[in-house]
Amino acid sequence: MNTVGAALRELLGLFVDDGALAAEILAVVMLAAAAAALVPDVPLAAGAILLLGCLGVLMASVARAARRR
Amino acid sequence: MIADWAHIGPVVTAAFLASLVEAVEALTIVLAVATVRGWRPAALGAIAGLGVLALIVAGLGPLLGYVPLHLLQLAIGVLLLLFGMRWLRKAILRAAGIIALHDEAKAFAAETAELREQVARHAARLDWLATLASFKAVLLEGLEVVFIVIAVGAGRGLLVPASAGALAACLLVAGFGFAVHRPLARVPENALKFAVGVMLSAFGVFWTGEGLGVAWPGADLAIVGFAALFLLAGLGAVSVARRPRAEALP
Repeated sequence: MNTVGAALRELLGLFVDDGALAAEILAVVMLAAAAAALVPDVPLAAGAILLLGCLGVLMASVARAARRR
Repeated sequence: MIADWAHIGPVVTAAFLASLVEAVEALTIVLAVATVRGWRPAALGAIAGLGVLALIVAGLGPLLGYVPLHLLQLAIGVLLLLFGMRWLRKAILRAAGIIALHDEAKAFAAETAELREQVARHAARLDWLATLASFKAVLLEGLEVVFIVIAVGAGRGLLVPASAGALAACLLVAGFGFAVHRPLARVPENALKFAVGVMLSAFGVFWTGEGLGVAWPGADLAIVGFAALFLLAGLGAVSVARRPRAEALP
């Protein structure tokens, strides 16, 4: 049972380490999904939001960690 | 042929490099078990872990065929973003000196010390505990390998090349480990994690976009462009995060 619990915790830990980073990534994905639904004629708008949003979220997360040091 | 490799190459490379890192981590624990209690419990645990992994793959693998492609791409893309950007962030912070580098020699020493402490406490059950430690290491690191193979391979029906890349990495690490009988402390683990984080994040953006209906310019080749952008952003982040410490030095 312990092993199953450890495996499940490990599985969750694969995707969520810094909670804020995970939440921001999901927010970017939702924003991109909203853009894809609202402006279906310009599908690259959703792509741009996704790509630039992820890059921005990554930089912001590193900057936060560096400031907390 | 070149077009085929442009299609398959990033998938095989990502699966190979990511599996290399996971296999090195699993090997460290299996070797620690073998050092404290011998090869029998270490091998038994590892084989049992591989068996459970095979059952998971055999049980869940065929279900992937029933998931609609766009939904599969979106789910895999989001999980890859969470997984890859987590790796990349950690690799950036380690490269910038904000958090300590992962040290396989230190991990080996810690695992060996913990097993020796268990010798003192539970001498009679030790073989069982040693087998369990080896089993857990192979199962948990193996789950990551399985996820990576599915994540980079399933979206375009490239599970076989992705599995081949992962298998090659695992066999390579196992071969080296059994030949030298020491943890592979000289593997540039953070550089590998950086590279894998970059690739998985690029795959994540690509698959999430595909799942949302984005027709990326250049189709699969867009992944290479995304990887270049994540690499530049990562290197830039390392240099920015390092700066305050350098300025603080006399």
